[in-house]
Amino acid sequence: MERPLTKYITPGSIAYNLEDYKKVGGYAGLKKAMKNMTPAEVTSLVKGSNLLGRGGAGFPTGVKWSLVPMNGDDSKPKYLICNADEMEPGTFKDRYLLEGNPHQLIEGMIISAYAIRAEKAYIFLRWAYKKAEAGLRTAINEAYKAGYLGKNILGSGFNLELHVHSSAGRYICGEETALLNSLEGKRALPRTKPPFPAVSGLFGRPTVVNNVETLSWISHIVENGADWFKGLSLTGTGGTKLYGVSGKVKNPGIWELPLGITMRELLEEHAGGMATGHKFRGALPGGASTDFLIEEHLDVKMDFTTVAAAGSRLGTGTMIVLDDKTCPVAFVHNVERFFALESCGWCTPCREGLPWVEKMLASIEEGTGKMEYLDLLKFNAKYMGPGNTFCAHAPGAAEPLQSGLKYFYDDFVEHITGKKCPWK
Amino acid sequence: MSLEVAMVKISIEGKYYEAKPEKNLLETCLSLGIDIPHFCFHPALGSVGACRLCAVKKFRDKDDAKGRIVMSCMEPVTEGLIISIDDPEVKAFRSSVIESLMTNHPHDCPVCDEGGECHLQDMTVMTGHIYRRFDFPKRTYYNQELGPFISHDMNRCIQCYRCVRFYGDYAGGKDLNVFASRNHVYFGRHEDGPLENEFSGNLVEVCPTGVFTDKTLKKHFTRKWDLSNAPSVCVHCSIGCNTIASERYGYLRRIMSRYNGAVNGYFICDRGRFGYEFVNDEKRIKTVLIHSKNEIVPEPVNYEQLLSCLDQSLSRNKNIIGIGSPRASLESNFALMTLVGKENFCHGISKKEYLLTNTITEFLQHTGIRTPSLKQIEKADAILVLGEDLTNTAPMISLALRQAVRNLPNEEAKGKGIQLWNDAPVRELAQDSKSPLFIATPFGDSLDEIAEDTFRASYRDIASLGFAVALKLDKKASELKSDKKDIEKLAGKIAFSLKNAKNPLIISGVSSNDESIVNAALNIATALSSIGSKAMLSLVLPECNSLGLAFFPGKSFEDAFHLIENKEIDTLIVLENDLFRRAEKESVNNLFKKSRQIVVLDHLPNKTAQAADVLLPAATFAESEGTFVNNEGRAQRFYKAIDSKSQVKESWRWLGDFIKIRYGNKEVLWNRLDDIVESMANELPVFSKLKEYKPGADFRMLSTKIPRQTMRFSGRTAMNANISVAEPKLSQDPDSPLAFSMEGQQEMPPSSLVPFYWMPGWNSVQAMYDYVDEPGGSMKGGDPGIRLIESTEGIENTYFGQGSQNNAAEKDEWQIIPLNQIFGSDELSSVSSSVLQKTHEPFVLINQKDADIISINDGDYVQLEILKVKLRVKVKIDSSIIQGLAGLSVNLPGMPFFNIPDTGKFHKL
Amino acid sequence: MLTEEEKKEIQKEVKQYPYPAVACIDALKIVQQHRGWISDESVKDIAQVLRISSEEVDSVATFYSRIYRKPVGRNVILICDSVSCMIMGYESLYQYISKKLGISFGGTSSDRRFTLLPISCLGDCDNAPVMIINNDHFNRLTIEKIDELLEHYK
Ligand SMILES: Cc1cc2nc3c(=O)[nH]c(=O)nc-3n(C[C@H](O)[C@H](O)[C@H](O)COP(=O)(O)O)c2cc1C
Ligand code: SF4
Ligand code: FES
Repeated sequence: MERPLTKYITPGSIAYNLEDYKKVGGYAGLKKAMKNMTPAEVTSLVKGSNLLGRGGAGFPTGVKWSLVPMNGDDSKPKYLICNADEMEPGTFKDRYLLEGNPHQLIEGMIISAYAIRAEKAYIFLRWAYKKAEAGLRTAINEAYKAGYLGKNILGSGFNLELHVHSSAGRYICGEETALLNSLEGKRALPRTKPPFPAVSGLFGRPTVVNNVETLSWISHIVENGADWFKGLSLTGTGGTKLYGVSGKVKNPGIWELPLGITMRELLEEHAGGMATGHKFRGALPGGASTDFLIEEHLDVKMDFTTVAAAGSRLGTGTMIVLDDKTCPVAFVHNVERFFALESCGWCTPCREGLPWVEKMLASIEEGTGKMEYLDLLKFNAKYMGPGNTFCAHAPGAAEPLQSGLKYFYDDFVEHITGKKCPWK
Repeated sequence: MSLEVAMVKISIEGKYYEAKPEKNLLETCLSLGIDIPHFCFHPALGSVGACRLCAVKKFRDKDDAKGRIVMSCMEPVTEGLIISIDDPEVKAFRSSVIESLMTNHPHDCPVCDEGGECHLQDMTVMTGHIYRRFDFPKRTYYNQELGPFISHDMNRCIQCYRCVRFYGDYAGGKDLNVFASRNHVYFGRHEDGPLENEFSGNLVEVCPTGVFTDKTLKKHFTRKWDLSNAPSVCVHCSIGCNTIASERYGYLRRIMSRYNGAVNGYFICDRGRFGYEFVNDEKRIKTVLIHSKNEIVPEPVNYEQLLSCLDQSLSRNKNIIGIGSPRASLESNFALMTLVGKENFCHGISKKEYLLTNTITEFLQHTGIRTPSLKQIEKADAILVLGEDLTNTAPMISLALRQAVRNLPNEEAKGKGIQLWNDAPVRELAQDSKSPLFIATPFGDSLDEIAEDTFRASYRDIASLGFAVALKLDKKASELKSDKKDIEKLAGKIAFSLKNAKNPLIISGVSSNDESIVNAALNIATALSSIGSKAMLSLVLPECNSLGLAFFPGKSFEDAFHLIENKEIDTLIVLENDLFRRAEKESVNNLFKKSRQIVVLDHLPNKTAQAADVLLPAATFAESEGTFVNNEGRAQRFYKAIDSKSQVKESWRWLGDFIKIRYGNKEVLWNRLDDIVESMANELPVFSKLKEYKPGADFRMLSTKIPRQTMRFSGRTAMNANISVAEPKLSQDPDSPLAFSMEGQQEMPPSSLVPFYWMPGWNSVQAMYDYVDEPGGSMKGGDPGIRLIESTEGIENTYFGQGSQNNAAEKDEWQIIPLNQIFGSDELSSVSSSVLQKTHEPFVLINQKDADIISINDGDYVQLEILKVKLRVKVKIDSSIIQGLAGLSVNLPGMPFFNIPDTGKFHKL
Repeated sequence: MLTEEEKKEIQKEVKQYPYPAVACIDALKIVQQHRGWISDESVKDIAQVLRISSEEVDSVATFYSRIYRKPVGRNVILICDSVSCMIMGYESLYQYISKKLGISFGGTSSDRRFTLLPISCLGDCDNAPVMIINNDHFNRLTIEKIDELLEHYK
């Protein structure tokens, strides 16, 4: 089983420096792209590979790049941004890549920037990722010294400046347009789309935002080709995926596996099954903003389309497991409190709906809830649905809520009728 | 300009409509008369999609039965668009938006200042949200003290973000913002303190609920539905913003902006909104007062006593001199002129102002150069401000300039397929690319931040720059040499920008009191038009009817002194004018000494009024009808909001009475305003168009007059029940088609006669949508006002020379230049108690280096000596004013008249 | 008043961007790094350096959760209270620390040694429960580990 992204990552030990990275073939992809490929060729290769964005929405990366105007006014910069904000509860995959192999990301970013002819790039990094930040800064310095960054990279005439920007903390910064505002030193409010960042992004200039995992792929695809990439997955989607499992399992962790393995495989073979004395009740398959899947879904293939067909989303591919010793109401409440606190405050359904939801859930959890709340919770989940809000934050919050109510309804009722939490 | 765009067809509820593709769906529906609830969209601010209330259902095609929810404010209008507003799902969604907003709204409508004209109330009713399902405690906030104009009640906030978008993005204010996040967002200042921006009052109208309310109204709180309202025109500067003046119990209670698409649009400045309190001042002259020789104090008299007193002095053989006023209506000035005769009529403004105003008026009338409306100023794409401190002398122009500089990015946005109503992306795209604005003034202000270049220099150098620009455009233009080095280069840059612009604009004015600057501005306009450019020229004048007065034949004030040098004056009539603001004390006193009898008509006991033998209570704008001509040349009518029960009368009515006494009833047959206007139009050709100023007093809708009061006006009999329980007789208003009543046709009066905005479903000012052809467009039936100067074909251009020169400063002397203040320099508004709180004490502005030379610090007091007059003033140090110049605040309450610019000296105290 | 050092660091960030206001978040972080938190006075000072108003700075400062607008103790403990850590028992951890230091979330110990705050997911869910003290990351926490850990922070 190939593990291109994580092959050279040894958890707990220090990331490869430039020398080591080069020894295992690092920056070969960059050389290939710069010497033998035009930017258009890189973009069409990535398009052909059908690499889907790993930031949660699964948008085809090549298509995103191809929206960037290539013959416009080059006097002002275009931008490439790596989204390394990773703040969604239950998500810990980008950190793994950032700490484990920063050069892989940097190399991918240089090629990606070349493809869209962006001369400035930023890594928008989660504030708390101090270790990753230090590693990245060292690696970037090395790359500058080696001539992979800066002016006239590898004699190609292409220039690139790469900066690390560490955030000031807020989940919404991960939303790609809010990220742009934050990078501009403003409140991280999402922006309306259209115009898409590819047309008017950072400082009003064409900008591409991609996730860490997405960008880490680029050098591999350039080196090995689209067909190789497609062949890595079990379904037609292409590539491997970083899957994670947290919660009461024997062996929580993160693994690079072919896209499309089943939940059961992930849970049982890799995470070692449920922790002793705990039973599986359900899971959010890809971070806090995805719908619960339950026992009956265990054989669902974990790729973008299949998970969606089962009523949830692959999201970030990091699963949070709900066991029978954990109160599902408390679980949902915890997640909704997070979303309520992280709302940017711009649009009404999110700003006002989430706190209401949070209050009702708190009250149910404490045993003071009313039966009407159940309908009101459903109502709010629908009210905050896609299209109703300005960005995808509140619709994301609605997912665990609506599915939680669907699958664990009896638990909610029990809290209300019993006027207490059965788990306490 | 872009040609008319082809209309597209859209379907709403299965019905087809024609629509403009450059609009968004919400605007489109609102202009079609179809209501869609909304909060965050504002026609002047564009769309941001925050409140989510304007949701509608959009269908892919005819076969799409499900559709999806979209925000109409963010939806471009495209051919074949199919939408539904009544779809049950989207209706339910909209009511959910209100429901969730209400989770934190305090429901304090009975005690809320916004109650009865609250956009949130309108929307709650419109969406049908009724029952409360949220049963948790509400969030509460601390309220801030925001100064004399605006009161703050954050608990009522519904987070539409309109306030910060207006205050910051639109008006350039820096001290109001949004803080925190999630459902804790807070709109206010960093700390308590008065709002600094000159347009803060618009928050009252922009805020859809009672967070920002009018503090001056709050003091005597009254509901919208209990006010009597009249369409009015602001009296506090020459721009002539349209206002709504509202009365209750005989007092003026507030001023709101009245929409005029060509003039002020949706907004007015704080001087205009809060300056009204002078009308209610307790020192108002309300009775006729006669000061007889042997009495110390003037005595109130009745009408008969007055007539017997004036009978003699008004007779035909008496020599009467009349001094008119730039703050009195055309009609009052005309009545005075008629009474005293053209040869004895003076304009009553300072000599310099007279000179400059005359030059300007002649120029505008004969060169055919366009004077732009504010709306046209917003369309300018290259602008030069020459010597005029707009923020203080014509605030609304500075607001318009803020919009104008955004035109350049508009082109780029269109190129990228971004609709101009889509506010955030347009701003984001714009970054620092702006239409060129050049500001050449002696000191800096907040407009500098949007300027491409600023030029800080002496008056002479500013004028030189202007002359150089004209010369670059046309070799025939005259020259004014200067040894300042950067002038040539900058002039070249400015000339280039102006020449290549589609709508170049030159702005100057008379507040500098400097002939060379005005001449320079006129020369640039001439030079531009000589090369075929459709240049616009906007000239700021000091007062609300300065241009109107300038249209009258008449002498300068100085000439009046000459006129009487050798003769005795039998009677001197001063119309709404404090002469001590126009000339040195000695000259005015001299004039008074030579006059056997002084008759003064005015509102407040200023120094001139105090010198009167006969003092007549003149109606203010709020108690009278009349016409002003703004700086654009637009004649605009205002109507009375208050029916004064005292002796207070329109000046033109007083003077009309005197004319009858003087000439007898046969010669002048004026019974009401329309009659005066007609004879004025016949007598002076410049006013001939005023005959078209319709509708006249005889206009009726459904054979009734237009009510000044809303249908809900309560307590017609109860309000005076402590005096009499009988139903009082309605006050009559012979001069206008408006009635002091709630009865009559409420909907859609002619555009110039809108006393308040109200439509079924819309009690808030948003009802305005129904009065305009499209949001942000023109009033239905055309924007009010008649332009008296229309561009004619240009005649032979001539260029001005430098004109009279200012005295050069000697050693130890400074050039003292006038600094007008938005709060304080205007006579009437400076009496208003809220404005007074914002008024500085007299001060002088100097450069740090100059301050060091005479070793004074910021905040020190010094004695300033100008033309032998000494004045104690506070020192303000400013980094932008150049060395050798000292700006003196002028016309502040209590300050004497100074004929500046001139030289002056500092003495330490 | 900002120190020369703070000003220099801010200016360095400013240079990176098209206009000074962009460095607002960086500036806040720099000052916080030096002083532990952002006072009203610091807001004004930063505004002056960036040539924007206090309101503009504070609008940004109050938006972000890792900018402290109230004084904090010498050491800031951030306990992850997100869902994986909840499942893995952060609550008992919190209770323990809270009792030990005599403060709850949002509080600062009377000797100003510690401030205790919740934080959302720290991206280490497979090693939950997790917390950060100042810039140091700790995972797989147990109550036993806590006593030893807190000792290191004076
Ligand atoms: C509320 C919210 C938070 C998000 N947070 C992140 C994040 O932390 N990291 C990330 O890569 N994408 C995040 N996204 C998704 C981004 O908006 C965007 O889709 C992604 O960065 C694009 O990268 P990709 O195309 O490589 O997937 C978030 C989206 C939303 C709505
Ligand atoms: S859904 Fe609305 S309030 Fe929530 S984060 Fe997005 S824009 Fe902000
Ligand atoms: S939930 Fe705490 S680290 Fe993820």
